[in-house]
Amino acid sequence: MKTINASGIYYRDLNEIIKELVRSGEDIINLKNVNGQRYIGDNLSGTTKINIEGTPGNDMAAFMDGLTIEVFGNGQDAIGNTMNDGNIIIHGHAGDTVGYGMRGGSIYIKDSVGYRVGIHMKEYKDKVPVIVIGGSAGDFFGEYMAGGCMIVLNLKNDENIVGEYCGTGMHGGVIYLRGDVEDYKLGKEVIKEKIDDKDYAFIQKYVENFCQFFDYDFQKIMNHSFVKLHPIGKRPYGNMYA
Amino acid sequence: MSLSYLTPEFKVLRDYDKCINCKVCMRQCSFEVHSYDEHLDKMISNDMNCVNCQRCVVLCPTQALTIIKHPQTFKEHANWTYDAIRDIYRQAETGGVLLSSMGNDRPYPIYWDKMVINASQVTNPSIDPLREPMELRVYIGRKLDKIEVDENLNVKTKMPPQLKLETPIMFSAMSYGSISYNAHAALARAAEELGILYNTGEGGLHEDFRKYGKNTIVQVASGRFGVDREYLNTAAAIEIKIGQGAKPGIGGHLPGEKVSEDISATRMIPPGSDAISPAPHHDIYSIEDLAQLIYSLKEATDYQKPVGVKIAAVNNVAAIASGIARAGADYIAIDGFRGGTGAAPKRIRDNVGIPIEFAIAAVDARLRSEGIRHTVSLVAAGSIRNSADIVKAIALGADAVYIATAALIALGCHMCQKCHTGKCNWGIATQDPNLVKRLNPEIGYKRLVNLVQAWSHEIKEMLGGMGINDIESLKGNRLMLRGIGMTQKELDILGILAAGE
Ligand code: SF4
Ligand code: SF4
Repeated sequence: MKTINASGIYYRDLNEIIKELVRSGEDIINLKNVNGQRYIGDNLSGTTKINIEGTPGNDMAAFMDGLTIEVFGNGQDAIGNTMNDGNIIIHGHAGDTVGYGMRGGSIYIKDSVGYRVGIHMKEYKDKVPVIVIGGSAGDFFGEYMAGGCMIVLNLKNDENIVGEYCGTGMHGGVIYLRGDVEDYKLGKEVIKEKIDDKDYAFIQKYVENFCQFFDYDFQKIMNHSFVKLHPIGKRPYGNMYA
Repeated sequence: MSLSYLTPEFKVLRDYDKCINCKVCMRQCSFEVHSYDEHLDKMISNDMNCVNCQRCVVLCPTQALTIIKHPQTFKEHANWTYDAIRDIYRQAETGGVLLSSMGNDRPYPIYWDKMVINASQVTNPSIDPLREPMELRVYIGRKLDKIEVDENLNVKTKMPPQLKLETPIMFSAMSYGSISYNAHAALARAAEELGILYNTGEGGLHEDFRKYGKNTIVQVASGRFGVDREYLNTAAAIEIKIGQGAKPGIGGHLPGEKVSEDISATRMIPPGSDAISPAPHHDIYSIEDLAQLIYSLKEATDYQKPVGVKIAAVNNVAAIASGIARAGADYIAIDGFRGGTGAAPKRIRDNVGIPIEFAIAAVDARLRSEGIRHTVSLVAAGSIRNSADIVKAIALGADAVYIATAALIALGCHMCQKCHTGKCNWGIATQDPNLVKRLNPEIGYKRLVNLVQAWSHEIKEMLGGMGINDIESLKGNRLMLRGIGMTQKELDILGILAAGE
């Protein structure tokens, strides 16, 4: 276990230190006083756990392939950008474009997220990325989604569980919303359905993880209606061309 | 379905004195034009399906076949042309967006052909490349404001990462999916042999080609297909694809039927699913966001690899390029509006963007005036057809060029513009295993090597003629060009004088 006071350290120098520790197989890295340093965990692989106190900067865990990062604070934009594997836990809010093009691993966010979250998430064989959001999400949620699973719990009962253009161009994967969403907010490539027992079973372990990370009561959360959004087909624009 | 108003575009002429009913044409044509009529005991053709790819013509053992433009015409009309009328029929029948492929085929002026190259006479003797060394090697990457040397003249300054090219030519981005495995195999191997680089395009990197890593540029596009650690770590350079000359401002769809098992593994998406590249990168809405992705990729690769940005040539290309240079890109690839494509909406291909000749000149001039030209390399793309185009592009300010359509023509492409159908009879723009095997990568790579070597030699001769022995001395050397038949405004934008001046 290594503890680093990140206060005032330039992001390149900080990432240099982190990379070296991760590559040498360090099991736990504690980063204190992180204040906007970008690219933490970028393209790193391994089993290291990074604990972050403060607010890490944009593109945290971009291209990451393994590792667990737990942020005791808020996250900024593009967390888990094109991430391949690993786990991220955010004890707070996260910004825009979380999980863009994400292909594997999981992101758990206690509170709400910004715009364009989960755009073009994809899956391949056993790699199925998951994002669980405790609060609500902004516009363009799951746009062009091609695979994976996103769950929005809306635990603070925001009026808007997701923003507009939800699932536009969606052609794979699934979105679960705890509550309901107005049809006008949905992309026309999306079908909305009530969830069945199989869906409950499917989301159970993710919600359980969420409850464990952030200390919530599982039964209370699940004792609520959910809807599921999935794409009409794998080929949303198949008939557009002559 | 109501009657189609479309009549055949081409006509198959078969010389029955020569035809021996061998059925080669029937087996060769993926568009199913030829068939054998048992009653008549002769080969017949369905002109309606012919795309004039000339596969049958080349393969016919008795040269019995000729494909001609169908003589059927509409009443002549300068405005309502053959194409204009037929496009409307097609759209009225299908309701679809017209799809096409390869580059813009409209008769816009080609400015390469309005520029001529200088040569030395008497006062500054020309150089004979057969007798004297001639340097074509270029380095693509950011150059520093100054370098420091120690007392033994060793360079002390750490240079940013550079790509070394033995000749200023690279194979431009073409994805596995838009072109075949064998086409990629030929490109990768030729790049290695030539000491240059090829570009995977946005479809991921097939594992068989990882061994060509040091000759590979990988793309990170809006769909992020196949982008993982190994992809980034294997490549010599990473290119963020913002746009493409054939379809500026729009994304791309690789239709699900082309997403075979192998393509699906390379792109890392399920088989049969559309591979959709959104129009923008949704993490890039500004130059600052672009800088963020550039540095994310630099962090990802420990600042060891150049990170380039590819854009389509559009109206404000000079200002955009300045922003990209300041965002930290090591090179900018600019793709003009005649650039090729495996599939693009026809109206966009034919109407959006500007010629590469203007774009490269405008960008070079702008970066020079801002004093940042050295901080970034420029790669010109979008229909480089021969070595003279390359010399002109470099004289206008490019460091190197990208070629793609020319490379495919070297591999056998006959410009039928049907790449989007996936039925390429030449084994290039197809995933059908029976068609792919028609392209022998062993022969293909040699043809590519021949082409680039021949062009390189021609470049040396043109350089020698100008009295220049190093391609670097040609870069931005616009005095070596003169314009013919252009307006003053066009000459000014290109930064060249008129012939005779
Ligand atoms: S499509 Fe090609 S192979 Fe078929 S008939 Fe026409 S030219 Fe010959
Ligand atoms: S690559 Fe094939 S399909 Fe495309 S234009 Fe060339 S010959 Fe035709």
